[in-house]
Formats: sequence, structure tokens, C-alpha cells
Amino acid sequence: MFERLSDGFSSALKKLSGRGSISESNVREAMEDVRTALLEADVEYATVNEFCETIVERALGQDVTKSIKPGQEMIGIVHQALIDLMQQGAEDHPGVPKITPAPTIVMMCGLQGTGKTTTCGKLAAYLKKRGRSVMIVAADLQRPAAVDQLKTVAEQVNADMPGGSQVHFYGEPDKCAEYGKAVGIAVKVCQNALKAAREKGVDTLIIDTAGRLHINNELMKELSSIKKTIRPHQTLLVVDAMTGQDAVNSARTFHQQLAVDGVILSKFDSDTRGGAALTVKKVTGAPILFVGTGEKLDAMEEFHAERVAGRILGMGDVVSLVEKAQDEVSEEEAERMAEKMAKGELTLEDFLSQMKSLRRMGPMKQLMGMIPGVGSALKDVDIDDKQLDRIEGMVKSMTAEERKDVKVMNQSRRRRVARGAGVNVNEVSKLTKQFDMMSKMTRQMSGMGIKGKLGAMRDMQGAAGGGMGAMGGTQGMPGMATRRSTKTASPKRKFKKRK
Amino acid sequence: MALLRGAISKVRKGLARTREALTGGVGGLRNFLAGRSIDDDLLRELEARLIQADVGVKTASRLVTDLRGEWKAGRVDTGDQATDRLKSQLADLWPARDRSITFAQSGPTVILVAGVNGAGKTTSIAKLASLLTNQGKSVILAACDTYRAGAVRQLEIWSERIGVQIVKGAQGGDPAAVAFDACEAALARNADILIIDTAGRLHTQDPLMRQLTKIRDITTRKIDGAPHEVILVLDATTGQNAVNQALKFTEAIDVTGLFLTKLDGTSKGGVVVAVHDQTSIPVKFIGVGETPEDVEPFDPAVFVEALLGSEDDQPAA
Ligand SMILES: Nc1nc2c(ncn2[C@@H]2O[C@H](COP(=O)(O)OP(=O)(O)OP(=O)(O)O)[C@@H](O)[C@H]2O)c(=O)[nH]1
Ligand SMILES: Nc1nc2c(ncn2[C@@H]2O[C@H](COP(=O)(O)OP(=O)(O)OP(=O)(O)O)[C@@H](O)[C@H]2O)c(=O)[nH]1
Ligand SMILES: [Mg+2]
Ligand SMILES: [Mg+2]
Repeated sequence: MFERLSDGFSSALKKLSGRGSISESNVREAMEDVRTALLEADVEYATVNEFCETIVERALGQDVTKSIKPGQEMIGIVHQALIDLMQQGAEDHPGVPKITPAPTIVMMCGLQGTGKTTTCGKLAAYLKKRGRSVMIVAADLQRPAAVDQLKTVAEQVNADMPGGSQVHFYGEPDKCAEYGKAVGIAVKVCQNALKAAREKGVDTLIIDTAGRLHINNELMKELSSIKKTIRPHQTLLVVDAMTGQDAVNSARTFHQQLAVDGVILSKFDSDTRGGAALTVKKVTGAPILFVGTGEKLDAMEEFHAERVAGRILGMGDVVSLVEKAQDEVSEEEAERMAEKMAKGELTLEDFLSQMKSLRRMGPMKQLMGMIPGVGSALKDVDIDDKQLDRIEGMVKSMTAEERKDVKVMNQSRRRRVARGAGVNVNEVSKLTKQFDMMSKMTRQMSGMGIKGKLGAMRDMQGAAGGGMGAMGGTQGMPGMATRRSTKTASPKRKFKKRK
Repeated sequence: MALLRGAISKVRKGLARTREALTGGVGGLRNFLAGRSIDDDLLRELEARLIQADVGVKTASRLVTDLRGEWKAGRVDTGDQATDRLKSQLADLWPARDRSITFAQSGPTVILVAGVNGAGKTTSIAKLASLLTNQGKSVILAACDTYRAGAVRQLEIWSERIGVQIVKGAQGGDPAAVAFDACEAALARNADILIIDTAGRLHTQDPLMRQLTKIRDITTRKIDGAPHEVILVLDATTGQNAVNQALKFTEAIDVTGLFLTKLDGTSKGGVVVAVHDQTSIPVKFIGVGETPEDVEPFDPAVFVEALLGSEDDQPAA
């Protein structure tokens, strides 16, 4: 998509060369591709039109045609405009403010199934990690087992998430039976919870509410009355990142009736282009604070407009990839690896440790898909987690000596390792041969950028005759974890440089 | 027929609410079209409506290009003719024979239900269970979502309310093992229907998709011809990502039909048109609320009416 966009721009703008400035019709023509890209990414129709108008205006003011690559320059403008729009209000936002006197009160709201209950747990984990004590209250008395679900989530945060403080749960499951027969029951539960929170002296109270349609007046009134009685400091709207055009209607109504203070985009770990982010930002004006990136309770990240902008334009999410890598691999470690690679001194042991950190980062394909231009290239490369398992098994069955230097692997050693790992002896031979080749390649590759590396990786894939896809997949990675490649990989920085 | 009428009135009710909710939204299509002949503006408006209903740019522009061709060839010339043509073209995508449930010749009919997180699987299973129970069939539910907090309990509460049996395992246990036990139970108890609830999973998560295939394979091994139906639950608010969902789930478990949920909101669910373009998977049911009664067989004509917003000016029935 990124390439297509860029090419589209280039061809539309090529016609201009020689002419000093860009004409409106030329820009408009070039913008057609952007419009399509945004619509395909699920940005709402009217929002797209408005956005494109803004771009046309911006582009007219700039002399794009004189640039050597007008197409890329235009994308730079589009990309930056997307970032600017989505960033508004998100910079230096405290996330969840700390209010005195305590407790800070946060209310979740949103359509059914968007991820409110899970996000309550994620927020609690986020706050726990920062030393803040939390109480979560189950104000969803409607969905079957919603109270159980939240209670379990609270227990999981307590048991599994880092941080010293306690996460309390408040629920009145017996009220579920009365719900729907009388009004204001959820409000009452929230009031009781607030009292309990004050008594316990917790610093943040998070209210989980039932999912509801924005057009269900009765249920929307329930939220308004919780809001009026409890006066939350933050009302957060949870939006499914896969939402289509209708995001405009639901977000607008929620915002009109509840004055949303912040947005959380859930399920961003899917392969959605995530255009709803732009739509929701536009209609609510509220900052997008976090994105949900998985079902686990630590799968929530702060919002970064440049990543989402890249994704909407189909450029991949390089920054996330690099950051994920950095989370797992310390800078010194990465430097050390890069150096070893450059010298061709990488051992199977290093390889295994790299593989393990990669493992923690998530499924390989998802990771690789974040690199621009790779999403499609990946179709040819088979990166298989199972294959990684087998390699790990083989490396584990080797002695320290063998791991340090695969050259010592003779037939009897290979047979032993194969038995230990429960694989065919051929696979062990393949691994050692591949590793040998990899060491050579990495030496050559350590000077290249990501694109070059991937090219080399695919070449190697071919040379290996398939099957050992995992090797090809992993060996390009250690270098990517270094800060150096971070810089060249960031699309934002690239655009800035060009200006 | 009663069901059909129910469907129409429910979707209309939804539309009426839509109208209230959308202050200053697009006016009724019928008003817009009244007495007009086709021109570029009109075609653009139709395309906009299709895109706003999540049909997708590509599909929408293909449909409108076709229409333009018909117009240039002199086969349609008024706005009403154009919409009628579009409507029948869309409705024809889902012929009746594709929309019925396939039942086993003998022995239990296995219905495997899957979809991304929060799409509405568990609730839709309650709906199907209630629908089939009302038809006099004996139903067993299998709680194969052993992962999400409260998931087993949620299905269990539905089973109690509807009055059907449930087979469950331990929280965090192996879902394939639950599927196995459920198949045995269905056989042993001579159940007519076994409906399998699975954990929500994103189509991009390969290991979880493999787990789903494994669950499917277990039913195949245990029960002749199973699964007889593989239902992908799709949230009508979903945008173009639904196409990827349909492709990936089909790759893993050969989806036989869609259950389109949350059509009681303001979203139109138009992405099923794009899904049909890519996969030919028919829509079989729609969800129009949160209770077990809020289910209807999919009716293409009603759906397409709502999709184009062409009912806006009619009184709700
Ligand atoms: N992959 C992924 N799944 C998520 C994410 N956030 C939530 N989920 C899953 O989405 C499903 C719905 O989440 P819930 O937290 O129950 O949603 P909810 O908004 O509370 O739902 P209702 O209370 O019924 O309206 C569950 O299966 C969650 O595990 C996310 O960021 N990524
Ligand atoms: N308005 C409306 N809500 C629905 C419909 N179907 C399901 N829901 C709601 O959507 C939310 C999620 O439904 P579930 O059945 O728990 O979804 P699920 O796919 O099983 O979720 P996970 O198992 O967590 O992936 C619940 O709040 C349901 O009440 C529908 O047709 N209309
Ligand atoms: Mg919930
Ligand atoms: Mg479920």
C-alpha cells in the first residue's frame, strides 16, 4: 500500500515537472489514492473528505514538485497531517491523573464487547506497576457473569502483574437479579464502591460498566446518572480498533452524552488498519490515551500517533517493532550482539538467547509484518513458531562446547542431538549448515539497512530450500534490536530529514 | 413467515432509532431520489451510502460502475430504477438455499462457533440454542472457551436460563479435551444438536487458529460428518477487517455461514457484501439484541433495504 501510494503520487505529480508550482487539480488527482487508502483503512467517509481537503490546502502552500521524490514528499505531508490530528491532546497527557483528595475516579464506557472489562484490568495493572492502589467496581449487572469476569480479572492482576500495591474488587452480584426491574441500581453500586474505596484509602477507583448501544436511551441515561452522582475525573471510551464507518455515530453520541475525556483503542494487535482511530479522534476531540494489544493484562501500550498513522497508510508499524525488541533486549546486549555479528562470532548460544527474547516478543509473523514492505514479502517466507521450537530443542540438546562452535559437530554428535531433541538427524545437519551460512551472511549484512537485510534473508531462504524458514526469520533480527537501526527504520524521522 | 415479519419489524425498529439518533444525518434515500433521473450526483450518493455502510471502496465502486454502465446503455434511467436494480443485485448474493442450517442425517448435528474477541459468540450460541430448543430439538452446549475470565460461567448461565445441558472443563484447561467430552456426551445422550463455544481469537494468531482446527478435527473424528455447520460470528460494527477474518477463519475451519451480530445498532454490516465477494460465505443469522430471542434468519431483502437506508421515510411497521 505504501509503495502504491507513493507511486501513485509520483506519477500524478510527474506531469508537473517543469511547472513551478502545483495546481489544485494535480493535487486532487494525487489525493484520490490517499482517499481510497483512508477509506480502505475504515476512516469514516466524511472524515476522509475533510481530511483530504486539508491536505490539498497544505500541499498547495508547499512546492512539492521541486523535490526529487514528490510522491514521497506528499506522503510525508499526509503522514504528518495524520499524526498532527491524532496527537492532539495526547502529548504530555498524564494517562490517569492523580487527584487529591483520593480517589481518582475513572469510568469506562463503550459499545458491547469492545473490551471494557479487560481494559479495567489492564489499567489496574498499569497503575499497580506505578505503585498506585486501585479498586475496580463491577457496575455491569446485565451481562451474564460480568461480575465474575471482573472479579477474576482483579485477582489475576493481583497475582500476576508486577508492582507492590493491592488491587481491590468491589461487586454486589446479588444485585444482578434486581437489575432491569428497578432503575438506578448500578448507580447505587457505584456509590457503595466509592464509600468502600474511601474507607480503604485506595488511590484510584475504576468503574466497569455494561456495554450498551449509543442509541439505547435508557442505558445511556444510566451512564449519565452514574456520571452525575459519582463525578468521575475521567470518562474513558473504549473503541474496538476494527470498527468501521459506524465509529462516527457511536463515538459522537457517547461524547455528546458523557463528555468523554479519553479514548482507548482495543484489539490493536489485529491486522486492522485502524482508521477508526482518526474518526473517533475527530468526533470526540478527546486524546487517544492507550492502545490494547492483546488479551493479557499487560497488553496495553501508550498511544503513539506516528505508529497508528503509519498503519492507516499501510506503512507498517516499525516503531512498535523496534520498541518491542528494545523491551526484550537491553541496549548493551544489542550492541554486543551487533558487534559479534559483524565479526562473525555469533555462537549458537547467542542464537538461542536471541531466539528466546524473540519468542517473548510475540509470534514471528506478527513482528515481521510490522516492517514496511515486509507484510507482502512475508507471503514467501515461512516463519514458523513450531520450527523455532525444534531449533530450540536441538540447541538445548547440544553441549556447551558444541553450542560455542558448531564445527565440532560430527556424525555421532549429530545423532545424539537428534535423539535428544526428537528430530531427524538430517535436521541437525541442516541446522549446523544453516548456522554456518548465517554467520557468514550476518557478517556481510551488518552494514545494511532493514531492506537489504530482508533481501539477504529472502535470498538465504531460497538457498536453504525452505523448511528452515525459522532461521531466515530470526537471523535478520538481532541487528534490528540495536539503536542504530532504530533510527533508520523510523518513517517519521525519514520524513523530517527530507524537509 | 412469523419469523420473517419479526425480522422486518426488528430491523425497522433499529432504523427508527437510528433516525432519532442521527441528528442531521443523511436524509431518506427515497426523498433524495423522488422523481430524479440518474446523474453523476446520484451515482455518487449511492456510492457514498454503500461506503458508509462498510461495503468497502472497491466493492462499492464496482457496483456503481456497473450501474453507470446500465445507465449509459439506456437500461435504467430513474433514481428509483437504479436503486431497485442495486437492491436486487445485492439481495441475489444470498440465495435461500445457502442460508438454511445443515442438519446431520442421523446422530447429533455439530455446530462449531468461532470468531474474533467480543464479536458475540457466546450470546449468539444462546440465541441458536433457544431457537433450536423452540423447534423441539435437544441441545447440548460445549464450553470450550477455557481461557477468558468468566467465559464458562457466562455460557453456563445461558444454559440454565434456556434450559439446555452444558459440558464444561476446568478454567485454563485444554479446549480440545472439552470438545472431545462434549462429543461423547452428545452421542451418549442422543442429543440432536451440539453447539461448541470457543474462545475469542484474532485471525492473526496462528497458534490459536491451529488450536481451532484441532477442535474441529476432534469433532470430525468423533461424530460422522461433523462439524455440520461452522459459524463465524461477525460484529456488524466491524469495518474492512472482516474480510481478513473471514478468509483466515475459513482457512482454519472452513466456515459455512456467518452470524452477523449487533445489527440493532446503527451500523449496517455492509462488509458482508465484501466478504461475499472474497469468500462466498453466506450470512445465515442476524443478532438484534442481547437476549436469546433477539435472533432472526438472515433476510437479504430486508438487509439490503436497511443497508441503503431506503426505508428512512417509511413508517416503522
Ligand atoms: N486481542 C485482543 N483482545 C482483547 C483486547 N481487549 C479485550 N480483548 C478481548 O475482547 C473480548 C471482549 O472483552 P471484554 O473486556 O469482555 O469486553 P467488554 O467491553 O467488557 O464487553 P461487554 O461488557 O460485554 O460490553 C474478550 O475476549 C477480551 O479478552 C485487546 O486489546 N486485544
Ligand atoms: N446489541 C447487541 N449486543 C450483542 C449482540 N450479540 C452480542 N452482544 C453483546 O456483545 C457483548 C459480547 O458478547 P459475547 O457473546 O460475550 O461475545 P464473545 O464473542 O463470546 O466474546 P469473547 O468470548 O470474549 O470473545 C455482550 O455484551 C453481548 O451482550 C447483538 O446482536 N446485539
Ligand atoms: Mg464487560
Ligand atoms: Mg465468548
